[in-house]
Amino acid sequence: MALFEATALHKRFGDQIVLQDLSLSFEEGRLSGIMGPNGAGKTTCFNVLTGRHAPDRGSVTFAGEDITGLPPRRIAAKGISRSFQVMNLFDADSALDNVLIALPRVRRHGFDAWRDLRADSAAEHEAASVLARVGLAGQERTPAKSLSYGERRALEIGVALAAAPRLLFLDEPTAGLGADGTARLAELVSELKRTLTIVVIEHDMRFLFRLADSVAVLHWGQVIARGTPDELRENAWVRRSSLGAA
Amino acid sequence: MSTAPPRAGFLPLPMLVLLLVLATTPLWLARVGLYQYLALEVMVWMLFALGYNLMLGTTGLPSFGHGAFFGAGAYAFGLLQQRVFANVWFDLGGAIVGTALLGALVGACVAHKRGIYFALLTIAFGQVFWFVSVKWHSVTGGEDGLQNIARPLLPLGFATVDLRANQALFYFCLALFAIALVVLWRLVHSRFGRVLAAIRQNELRAAFVGYHVWLYKWLSFTIASAFAGLAGAMFAMAQQSAYPNVMSLHSSGFVVMMVLIGGGLVSFWGPAIGALFFILARDVLGAATETWLLWYGLLFVVMVLWQPEGIAGIWQSWRRRVAAAARPVSPVAAGGVAVPLREGALHGPL
Repeated sequence: MALFEATALHKRFGDQIVLQDLSLSFEEGRLSGIMGPNGAGKTTCFNVLTGRHAPDRGSVTFAGEDITGLPPRRIAAKGISRSFQVMNLFDADSALDNVLIALPRVRRHGFDAWRDLRADSAAEHEAASVLARVGLAGQERTPAKSLSYGERRALEIGVALAAAPRLLFLDEPTAGLGADGTARLAELVSELKRTLTIVVIEHDMRFLFRLADSVAVLHWGQVIARGTPDELRENAWVRRSSLGAA
Repeated sequence: MSTAPPRAGFLPLPMLVLLLVLATTPLWLARVGLYQYLALEVMVWMLFALGYNLMLGTTGLPSFGHGAFFGAGAYAFGLLQQRVFANVWFDLGGAIVGTALLGALVGACVAHKRGIYFALLTIAFGQVFWFVSVKWHSVTGGEDGLQNIARPLLPLGFATVDLRANQALFYFCLALFAIALVVLWRLVHSRFGRVLAAIRQNELRAAFVGYHVWLYKWLSFTIASAFAGLAGAMFAMAQQSAYPNVMSLHSSGFVVMMVLIGGGLVSFWGPAIGALFFILARDVLGAATETWLLWYGLLFVVMVLWQPEGIAGIWQSWRRRVAAAARPVSPVAAGGVAVPLREGALHGPL
């Protein structure tokens, strides 16, 4: 059975239908990709899967448990973490503090109103090792807002990783990155892939086809094709659209 | 890793200095042409502003009705003393708990709102409480307020202190103030306080890393109300009365001005600086002209336009400049990043 399964999801905003009978499943230990043209409903799909919006119909299960319509914090607590296409960081805080606040061991004691967070050196070490994992060693004390764009992208993933998730959603992680940054990100994601189940939204096909075990193509809120990268390269729709150019 | 930020501790230097300066006021305040009651009043407003800043500066909740809780604390203290049980510990505790409950109730109605909607709702609630205090004659005494709130005897177990003298009351309130300061300082630097700060910076992300954002905001509102209640109770003792003006839109506005002018958005101590500045401006400017609030208001406008980080912000940027001037220029530091990348990192930064 798949680790994460979405069945027959529908979502509409006003009279605009953004997801239509959408079913997706992600296998444990795999990297799954979601691609599609702009406005295909990729980000809405992520938002529904991670609890930002409740679906109008359909169900979402994670590790055999129904998580349909749960708020983000409950879904996060179950071991699902996500990054954002438009970066969502704690800008005034240092890179280390950004990661620190997302650690489960800190979150579990979030109502502790007496003990100094700085006194928890084990947590600081854990946070520092997450930063090292995403290539930000040495930047611990730099405020998030002072990091370079590429570093902020890395921190965006670091904050998602800090939660020690079982399933990691990455929303357009290469957005705005140059060739160099994309290459380094690919290296990081393939490293993460060894230990994590990952789902990536991307429109950089070269990036996605290199890393993904399977890819679903979204268009008009529906899955119009799915398969391994090799299978999709042969797919008529993918070939016809510029998406398959890679 | 470069130098780690220091731990919060219990009694940071600025707190010690502040408490020491306050404790010695009976020795010098009269000599510089001021009066002892002023120190008491400054302390009350400092406490009110510091507590309020837990909401505004730490959690990012712009309440414009917080004066209601200050007033509620004053009324609660007076009512408990006059109608229930005249014991200073009981009355103080009751004022704090009562105000916290009131804050919890209002907070439950507003904590899910953000920005301008939050601000408007707090104004509305503030007006409701003010209206109640004016109209509910049988309880609040209407526009006259509660008169003759006694400065009580203070039973300490081994001795009993008479708080009628300004000086005795001052030291009693200083002790309460010191305890409240330590609690607030720890709170802001605790995990809880750090979560509140994270919520201020990015509510969406805080929810997605697993925090119950509403609950944290509501708690922040409730706790800030409790501090306002304590400040209000101290005010009632100092003034020996409680009246509708205390909980009017004015005092809600004053506390916002104190926090912003002092620099509560960038420093824990900003609200204390702002409260001192406000009360001194009132007395010094007020002695010169009846329209002092006009000048103070203009100053506020200038401040918000050109120095939104307040007095504490001016101080911080001055210190940074001094530190930068003292530091020898090294090629690494000149690049803006003080720390070179550690070797052996798995990947370079993206």
